[in-house]
Amino acid sequence: MSDTPLIDYRRIMRDGLWDNNVVFSQMLALCPLLAVTGTATNGLGMGIASLVVLVLSNLVVALFRDIITPEVRIPIFVLLIAAIVTVVDMVINAWLHELHKVLGLFIPLIVTNCAILGRAESFASRQSVRASIVDGFAMGAGFTVALVVLGAVREILGAGTLFANASLLLGDSFTFLELTLIPDYRGFLIMALPPGGFLMMGFLLAGKRVLDARRSRKIENSSAMQAVEAGI
Amino acid sequence: MFGHGVLVPSYRKRTAYQAMLLGGMATLASAVLVLGDLETRDDIALRHAEDLKASLSQVLPDAVHDNDLLSDVLTLPPEQPGAKPLKIYRAHLDNRISAVAYEVSSNGYAGPVTCIMGVAANGEILGVRVLAHAETPGLGDKIEIAKDRWITSFDGHSLENTDSKQWHVKKDGGVFDQFTGATITPRAVVKAVHEGLAVFDANRAAILSSATPDADPTNEGGKDHE
Repeated sequence: MSDTPLIDYRRIMRDGLWDNNVVFSQMLALCPLLAVTGTATNGLGMGIASLVVLVLSNLVVALFRDIITPEVRIPIFVLLIAAIVTVVDMVINAWLHELHKVLGLFIPLIVTNCAILGRAESFASRQSVRASIVDGFAMGAGFTVALVVLGAVREILGAGTLFANASLLLGDSFTFLELTLIPDYRGFLIMALPPGGFLMMGFLLAGKRVLDARRSRKIENSSAMQAVEAGI
Repeated sequence: MFGHGVLVPSYRKRTAYQAMLLGGMATLASAVLVLGDLETRDDIALRHAEDLKASLSQVLPDAVHDNDLLSDVLTLPPEQPGAKPLKIYRAHLDNRISAVAYEVSSNGYAGPVTCIMGVAANGEILGVRVLAHAETPGLGDKIEIAKDRWITSFDGHSLENTDSKQWHVKKDGGVFDQFTGATITPRAVVKAVHEGLAVFDANRAAILSSATPDADPTNEGGKDHE
């Protein structure tokens, strides 16, 4: 593991974004996922904040990986992650106050994101600092994509809008993102509530399985074809 | 670090090492938190004061006052023992108290919803804004002015022009809208504002009298449209 001289960064990115996606493959972090994905904007905000924390926690855990012993690793990871989340919360509150007004609700929720502990345990505690930072970024980006996709689907079905209030999060230059896709939509309440999140989550998971299955079948088919051709 | 066959120094197996490690990490984390707090505390307090001033100026428009809104603060003792005393920010116009603003709160869907409300001297609401809440994003958070205009529906209401049966959301037979999927949150805000007006009514004399001995403070501050 850590003695592998060459680190495959493309593999890490691929794992984070698709093959080993926090939500769609590892099925982690479902609590914050379902709690905040009522709209795409909230999902994006939560995703970015989680990404920052993931990169920082992977960095710190990788730095200390040689002195931490397996017996006390869990409390140490929890301690480090909680401290990082609190500091990120304070920094955003003091110096990015406008952002904090939007994200403020979600930042303490990041502590409940078991994906962060999961990455500390399964990646950062065994790999180099640089690889851990890349892994944190990839996992965070994959989580953000999952949050935005789920938030967007639920927002379109639940309220008929997309990226409502995005300018509060990203600044006024992003007002163009705010779309009303279905005018005079009465709303489909269950999609805005957590049960709708579970339902949509199930559909998205099924969709990913179908795509993965189709891809592996294609690979099998093409290799079978090659075998047949070679045989003839 | 673990699990790949490298010889682990024996001192790591001792309990003392684990305890030291955990203690050291806890100290480090505390140090980081203390530093972070020291660095950000003043800025956060400043931001909160700015926020307070900004919300005060939203519920007390510039036209009704010529003083610094944070300069005249009256503190009312709490009604129930143990509760926090109520701070009342008083707006002056021509040496007379024209309006006041104060915080009210009640329990929403996910904890207390704190609002600030501005009331003209005649008991009419100038404006209400939500300061803090933990309601569901996308549902209950429509009480924020940034997300929805709903909170402005209180403007102009008073205990005189809206009787206590009307101080409810429409579902409960009142005059205020609820949201699709969220009734508890607007209900809490309506209740908080209604109670806030009751506090104003009960303490009217104390709120409007002191500090202005040369003026008759009743019923001259705001526009009277009844």
